[in-house]
Amino acid sequence: MTVVASATAPRPGLRLRLSEFSDRRFKYLVIAPAILIILLIGLFPLIYTLLVSVQNISMTEEDTSFHGLVQYAALFRDARLWFSLLHTLIIAAIALPAELVLGMLMALLFLDRLPGRQIFVALLVLPIMIAPVVAGATWRLLFDNRYGPINQILGWFAGEPVTILWTINPHFVYPAILLAEIWQWTPFMFLLQLAALMNIDQSLTESAEIDGASYWMVFRRIMLPAIWPVLMIAVLIRGLDLFRLFDVVYALTQGGPGTMTETISIYTYDQGFRQFDTSYTAAIAFLVIVLLSIIVIAALRRMEIDR
Amino acid sequence: MTAASLSAWRGPRRSTLRLIARYAAAIVVTIVFLFPVYWLFMIAFKTPDEIFHAPPVWYPASIQFDNFAVLFKDRDAVTVGNSLFIAGCSTLVSMFLGTLCAYSLARFKTGGENLAVWIISQRMVPPIAIVFPLFLLYVWLGWVDTYYGMILLYTAFNLPYVIWMMRGYIEDVPIDLEQSALVDGCTRWQVLMRVVFPMVRTGLFATAVFTFVFAWNDFIFALVMTRSAVTTYPVQVTHYFGAQSNFWAKIAAMSMLGTLPVLIAVAALQRYLVRGISLGAVKG
Repeated sequence: MTVVASATAPRPGLRLRLSEFSDRRFKYLVIAPAILIILLIGLFPLIYTLLVSVQNISMTEEDTSFHGLVQYAALFRDARLWFSLLHTLIIAAIALPAELVLGMLMALLFLDRLPGRQIFVALLVLPIMIAPVVAGATWRLLFDNRYGPINQILGWFAGEPVTILWTINPHFVYPAILLAEIWQWTPFMFLLQLAALMNIDQSLTESAEIDGASYWMVFRRIMLPAIWPVLMIAVLIRGLDLFRLFDVVYALTQGGPGTMTETISIYTYDQGFRQFDTSYTAAIAFLVIVLLSIIVIAALRRMEIDR
Repeated sequence: MTAASLSAWRGPRRSTLRLIARYAAAIVVTIVFLFPVYWLFMIAFKTPDEIFHAPPVWYPASIQFDNFAVLFKDRDAVTVGNSLFIAGCSTLVSMFLGTLCAYSLARFKTGGENLAVWIISQRMVPPIAIVFPLFLLYVWLGWVDTYYGMILLYTAFNLPYVIWMMRGYIEDVPIDLEQSALVDGCTRWQVLMRVVFPMVRTGLFATAVFTFVFAWNDFIFALVMTRSAVTTYPVQVTHYFGAQSNFWAKIAAMSMLGTLPVLIAVAALQRYLVRGISLGAVKG
């Protein structure tokens, strides 16, 4: 026993014991600055939010005495808040499956050998890297009712001039936001799923095909289970992004018409930086963090179970 | 002719047809996804007459740079410089501090798995929830609309990503090399500089580019925390929005100035793209 240990471990010399001692300091020394900065920007806001949310500070008031849960009680009566959450969920509920399925179809299209595939993939992933607010601005130009190409193209199919006010007409604001969102992030789903599919052992799918399995069966029984973990992570990442959706909506509709497309982030921004309702905004921010934590914990649990 | 030879004869032709069909689909999909980018870039080169023409002009008659010249003349292009400075500095700082922290997490399991998960969870907090209290803090400290305020903000925002990614890259490096360097009398710092950093340099580079892009593309922090002195380019783009009509040429030219560097960076990064955007979950 001792013989084996001394044969595999490095010779226990003075120098090594010294380095073990200094390692103990080293490992905390090198994480300290990063952790401190994360705490400053991550934990401070949380504590400060809690503190402000039990006070009563607004544009007209500067009341820092303890008010209990008054702000939180107000949350429940605030229809605009719950509608903004609903809008966020609606957008996520449509965009997420759409991106997932479109991305999957594209990944399957590019899975088999296709000369020049790398060039296609390189071009297709460009939207991911564009600033979301710039993507929103781009679609603002595309959707223009007079000078934008989208109404023009629709006009070709309709056979008559189309003049949809995409960012103003209540019937079209959601399709407009969803189109921009799905355009930008389908490539994300596509890229992750393509990578996952390409990691599958080809001999598995080939032998199934030789055994007479249909394409659907191969997909259902071999491909889908193999890429499932990646799918879950992709859905989690995109789901969290959609929960905080801000840039595209800001660029396209600013939450309008009225408050029709207001997401939770847009609403919080409005309360904090246009109405200056400080304490109330803090309460909303805290609610957002709580809701998000529930989502993340539930999602991670779910993934643990699946695994 | 037997059934086997018949299918052998039909085989290649059917697969050729399939290949052609797949090519057609691939080209259509690519055009659909690239068209918005194409349209944006083309507007940047159009004259006002071409921009405000119904039906729309699909490509400019000639390439002219007036729309860009205006941005430089009005000094609006400075915002791209601001973005460059802020994103660049915050990338350097967060890469340095983050990689050190990642090394400790990867090699000494400091704080165990819990600390690592807590760190990455910090990235999942919606910006809107932290930007509001931070704004109050920044007002109090007088850091609003300053370079160092923005650099610190993006450093903190990107640190969890850097730590998480670099932890993965460092764990991929075999530990033997480090141990033999230690036995040879290197200090931990020397091991880091001479063994670890060179081994993970591609990972370092890829992570740095993504970190840069996140800071470069951010809108909400910059919208709240900048006024005029350090406005970044995404905020500047939204300044050209009008209630009735937009400053089309400026939106397009400014967007293109800001987007082109990122597209070039990503083209160089193809190989690391999957790992970078999936938070290391998919190694591509």
